[in-house]
Amino acid sequence: MKAVLVLKDGTVLHGAGFGAKKEIEGELVFNTSMCGYQEALTDPSYRGQILLMTYPLIGNYGVNKQDYESKEVHTRGFVVRELSRDFQHRIGQENLDEFLERNGVPGISGVDTRFLARHVRSKGVMPAIISAQSGEIDTSALLKKLENFDYSKMDFVSEVSPREKSIEGAGGEKKVALLDFGVKGGIVRELVKRGCEVHILPSNTSAKEVREIGPDGIMLSNGPGDPAMLGSIHKVVRELAGSAPIFGVCLGHQIIAHAFGGDTYKLKFGHRGSNHPVMDFVRKKVAITTQNHGFAVGKIPDGFELTHQNLNDKSIEGIRNKELGIFSVQYHPEASPGPHDSAHLFDEFAKLMEG
Amino acid sequence: MEGRAAAIKKVLVIGSGPIVIGQSAEFDYSGTQACRALREEGVSVVLVNSNPATIQTDKEVADKVYIEPLTFEVLEKIIEKERPDGILATVGGQTGLNLAMELHNGGVLKKYGVAFLGTDAESIELAESREKFNRLMEKIGVPILPGKTVKDFEGAKKFADEIGYPLIIRPSFTLGGTGGGTAYNEGELRQIVGSAVRFSATGEALVEKSVIGWGEFEYEVIRDADGNAAIICNMENFDPMGVHTGESIVVAPSQTLSDCDHQMLRDAALKIVHAVGIKGSCNVQFSFNEDTGEFSVIEINPRLSRSSALASKATGYPIARVAAKIALGEKLHEIKNAITGTSAAFEPALDYIVTKIPRWPFDKFPGTSRRIGTQMKSTGEVMSIGRTFPESLNKAIRSLEVKIPKEMKMEEHIQTPTDLRLFAILMAMRNGATAEEIHSKTKINRWFLNRIAEMIAIENGIKESGAEGGAGLSREIILEAKRAGFSDAQIGKLCGKGEMEIRKIRKELGIIPVYKVVDSCAGEFEALTPYYYSTYEKENEAAEMDGKKIVILGSGPIRIGQGIEFDYCCSHAAFAIREMGYKSIMINNNPETVSTDFDSSDRLYFEPLVFEDVMNIIENEKPYGVIVQLGGQTSLNLAEQLHKAGVKILGTSVEGIDVAEDREKFSALARKIGIPQPENGIAMGRDEAVAVASRIGYPVVVRPSYVIAGRGMEIVMDENELLDYIDEAVLLSENKPVLIDRYLDNAIECEVDAISDGENHFISGIMEHIEPAGIHSGDANIVIPNMRLSEKEEEKIIEYTEKLIKELGIIGLINIQFVVKKGTVYILEANPRASRTVPFVSKAIGIPLAKLAVKAMVGEKIPKITPKGGHYAVKSVVFPFLKLLGSDIRLGPEMKSTGETMGIGKSFEMAYYKAMLASGIDLDKGSKAAFLSLRDEDHDYVDELAAMLRKLGFKIYGTIGTVGAVENAVAIPKISNGYPNVLDLIEGRRVGIVINTPGKRIKAQEDGILMRNASIQNKIPCIMNVNTAFALLKAIDTLQKKELDIRPMDEYGE
Repeated sequence: MKAVLVLKDGTVLHGAGFGAKKEIEGELVFNTSMCGYQEALTDPSYRGQILLMTYPLIGNYGVNKQDYESKEVHTRGFVVRELSRDFQHRIGQENLDEFLERNGVPGISGVDTRFLARHVRSKGVMPAIISAQSGEIDTSALLKKLENFDYSKMDFVSEVSPREKSIEGAGGEKKVALLDFGVKGGIVRELVKRGCEVHILPSNTSAKEVREIGPDGIMLSNGPGDPAMLGSIHKVVRELAGSAPIFGVCLGHQIIAHAFGGDTYKLKFGHRGSNHPVMDFVRKKVAITTQNHGFAVGKIPDGFELTHQNLNDKSIEGIRNKELGIFSVQYHPEASPGPHDSAHLFDEFAKLMEG
Repeated sequence: MEGRAAAIKKVLVIGSGPIVIGQSAEFDYSGTQACRALREEGVSVVLVNSNPATIQTDKEVADKVYIEPLTFEVLEKIIEKERPDGILATVGGQTGLNLAMELHNGGVLKKYGVAFLGTDAESIELAESREKFNRLMEKIGVPILPGKTVKDFEGAKKFADEIGYPLIIRPSFTLGGTGGGTAYNEGELRQIVGSAVRFSATGEALVEKSVIGWGEFEYEVIRDADGNAAIICNMENFDPMGVHTGESIVVAPSQTLSDCDHQMLRDAALKIVHAVGIKGSCNVQFSFNEDTGEFSVIEINPRLSRSSALASKATGYPIARVAAKIALGEKLHEIKNAITGTSAAFEPALDYIVTKIPRWPFDKFPGTSRRIGTQMKSTGEVMSIGRTFPESLNKAIRSLEVKIPKEMKMEEHIQTPTDLRLFAILMAMRNGATAEEIHSKTKINRWFLNRIAEMIAIENGIKESGAEGGAGLSREIILEAKRAGFSDAQIGKLCGKGEMEIRKIRKELGIIPVYKVVDSCAGEFEALTPYYYSTYEKENEAAEMDGKKIVILGSGPIRIGQGIEFDYCCSHAAFAIREMGYKSIMINNNPETVSTDFDSSDRLYFEPLVFEDVMNIIENEKPYGVIVQLGGQTSLNLAEQLHKAGVKILGTSVEGIDVAEDREKFSALARKIGIPQPENGIAMGRDEAVAVASRIGYPVVVRPSYVIAGRGMEIVMDENELLDYIDEAVLLSENKPVLIDRYLDNAIECEVDAISDGENHFISGIMEHIEPAGIHSGDANIVIPNMRLSEKEEEKIIEYTEKLIKELGIIGLINIQFVVKKGTVYILEANPRASRTVPFVSKAIGIPLAKLAVKAMVGEKIPKITPKGGHYAVKSVVFPFLKLLGSDIRLGPEMKSTGETMGIGKSFEMAYYKAMLASGIDLDKGSKAAFLSLRDEDHDYVDELAAMLRKLGFKIYGTIGTVGAVENAVAIPKISNGYPNVLDLIEGRRVGIVINTPGKRIKAQEDGILMRNASIQNKIPCIMNVNTAFALLKAIDTLQKKELDIRPMDEYGE
């Protein structure tokens, strides 16, 4: 199978196709993690995006039943330098090619991924289209298709947020209301591990409905897209302030900023990887963190303090309002994939819930 | 910097001494980087190392340089004199670490108020003592293998009875696992425990459950005093457990771990460094069972290591630099990542795969077992970078510069690993073995084997394309092969075409490599480093530089005969070119070295040193010229091909090089200009050889032409030996003639290093070998200035040197070797390149020869220079026999040493004694008894030797033949003839020195070999030459009532 990747600026790369025979557009982003591709592919925060792995050898350990961060693949397309069709792992179940095909996601391999990463770094993230076909591919038609694609106007949160509420860790001592904007399984796992009964709620749940659960704590999950577009959610969060400790991760963190008068901006090419150093001013220590975000907090809301900062670009990584019992981080303390350096944040959340 | 310990103004840095197996150039690299990092912070650095062939002993690197033996007593003197505020123990390998621990435990550091910087003594003790480490691991819940520290076989057996075989035996506090091994039964256990206990610094060994066949993974961790920590690199061994990581093919990053697996090991590595209290860098080794997901920590190294050097080069992260700053108290996040300008507190992301393959010296030690295991035998390594495993692997194989046997008994190398295992696997898979079959025999992860299967499939595709006269060789096939790292030569061979033909076709098809940057961040940030590798992709990041650019060809992996000395010269070339305001472009593939530090040159290309890869870079960079004189035979051998391709070779012309290297042409030249040579001739086959040798008269020296360090060179005594030799040598050098020289008995060998700019020249002085002619220059003890030559002989040597410089048109360096016998000066050979002695001489006379030579090559004139004098410098050597048991340690025209030391003093005796001490010969430490066994020709010296020994308080033992007539000497029976014999004396350490001069018979007597090997195994100095023995004893005698004269280099030659 052949495949082509066309970028909105006219860049065209030919490669080999894998996964689904399909044509799809998305925002091209790159991730620098050297493993953990299954977690990334199933991370709802990648909704609407074409994911490029900068590490060139992908698929080496296949796909297994453990490393899902959600039930489906959310990336629209997958770009790698070299796909391993065989895999060697004790819990591996299928190879990446079959997995993506089964999930209807096209991939392209054999392309200069380092060139693409550098291109995105200097030009910024941009729309792109993957076409994986058996016949010849008309690249100018693909370019034309991209004209109508506008990632920024799409509402991805409602696509990935559940329709119905559900409960994980039933019977747990502490009740957590989790507003699911596209939550990664890792967050739920970390909460359940700490004895929480996690009520996973659709993103359009009202403040009243949240309060009716009687939560000991409120968790605002990660998720895809532009946080500025989620006005109604900002309002809900504002209303919930003070009713219980609130912990926000990634999109949840950005929502907190908006809810209390701060703002966010779009990063040129985002932070996606497992090696981002963050200074934790509370513990006075550096954490190596997993990150996956295209937006960042610009203005910190009044009453909030800066608790974490990225050591690379000095962007805001964590804020806190002690009085209201609200804290949030831009990165992923649940890791998966990535380092476990920040798992203590879940402990702190649990402690806050104990009062 | 905030947080920095302000009191630290002066730091003592300990180097690692001579290059030995298990401790190589990586410590010059890390030590040099550490010194620079310390000085950047305004700290004054006092550097001690006995190895002159190091950049760190350059006056530009440290404030005070001591080239002195690395012993407790010497270090104490230096501390007393210099009064440093702190000591940095973690950049000098195990040698530096052990020494610092001795100074700590001996109270010296406390006495002089010297702070133990970085990871402190308590933490080192925790990391190095198996007992304490295991207890700590149990406490923090990191799994370890069941093991027990024992002092003898009985203790080991008790443990074996409990948990069964196989068992791994590891001596405590040693280097490269010397003396360790895997025991499958009681007999092996007895033997290995015995040697492990002997080699351990503490007389202890760890006996451990063997997890042979599990995967082996390494994590390089950096941590500061506040507990900020990051994993700089994780690496996976291609060879599973059972093969020392230094002996394994290693890739970075790990390939077969899922993120969960990786994070599990990462968590454990961090837990360990926190618990141990690392303040700097640490290497953590794990075994991992891919079938069950179990793991255990094997060991940690709380210091810079071979692996940390590899990790630095693999990622671009300067670990030694960051560790040195941490040692001063700086915090990880305050330190800048020199590559991206961001914080050093991060974990590098790679977007390529690195492969390391060790380089073994078995070609030099035919008697030694080629099996590789838990003890290191390799002398060096190559590293390569590619975008896929096959690309990276093929480039690494190319970088090794080894001859891959066309035929071998594959099973012998696959089942029990040897240096040829990789090649045997390739061969077996070409012959149809499946990845699964190889996996079941080797436990090598199937993922790697499947990639090798893909390589074989590509080979087959090329082969098929060649079937119809190469018509099927399509662009797709070539591109696929190039992307899998195949060389033009490989492709050509497979489809029946020549390298140059493929090169032409390939270029016509527009298949040319691009260069990508090693930037530690997978392209996420703009990189400031000029560190490149080639691949076949879309974007080339190495845009042509402005200005006058000069390419330096490096020397590749460290091997016997081509060691750190050449890297020293290459590094100097880069510095010189920078000083001249031009741009230097380094090409090399050795991850251990200073030359491959990304800031040594303006651009670094980590590439194989073969024509194709070098020429590709030249075509990309369009340099003014190329320097081929400094990278040993590796770079010199490329001169002609590059020249033919139209590349400007800087310095001595290719014609000049050819005349010097081609024995026949050189002989003719010497005759023409009237320089005597030992009678010699050239023979193409057996009959010719016999004719030439009988014309010259036995003994003769025979060797193949174009060689590295006397490879395949031997002294033969008669026709039978000659014929044996010819039959073997033909294998070494196909279609190359055998050279036969008259062997000059009992003559003085000497050599000069000289530089010339085409008009002016400078001769470094005459170095004299202490041993009689016939010992390879690399193995000889050498003194400068010379001591035994007459003024007339000196004049002749200078005259001949000047003549040759002129005749050969030398611009740059030349090394010439002479033999002087009865007033006649004969020339042995001239090497139109940097020699092994360049760093030694440069240090001895205080003139940077390599730098001046490079400037001359680029067009500057040699200034008027006056060498420093008023002192003696002696070069001594160390041998790898301890690691390569079974080989005879007798020396000859074939080089066997791995490294060198230098002793410098106001008298010859002082210089000589210190050089010996630095090489590990310390007669004060052992029994005051000597064993003498001399060949017949040396019997005249017995009385004098005995008298000297007795004067020094030594009791004298010897063979009946040697000491039978010596008063008060005890004659000992031959090994086979009774008890106690010499082996009993040696093994009981009842003698402190063995003086054994082997006869010239090639078939060495068994007693001699046993005796010499026993002395090596028991670490008893074995002197094999009467001259050396006299020099040593005289030196001891002279110095007996004197203190060791220890002083910094800047106090010589004032």
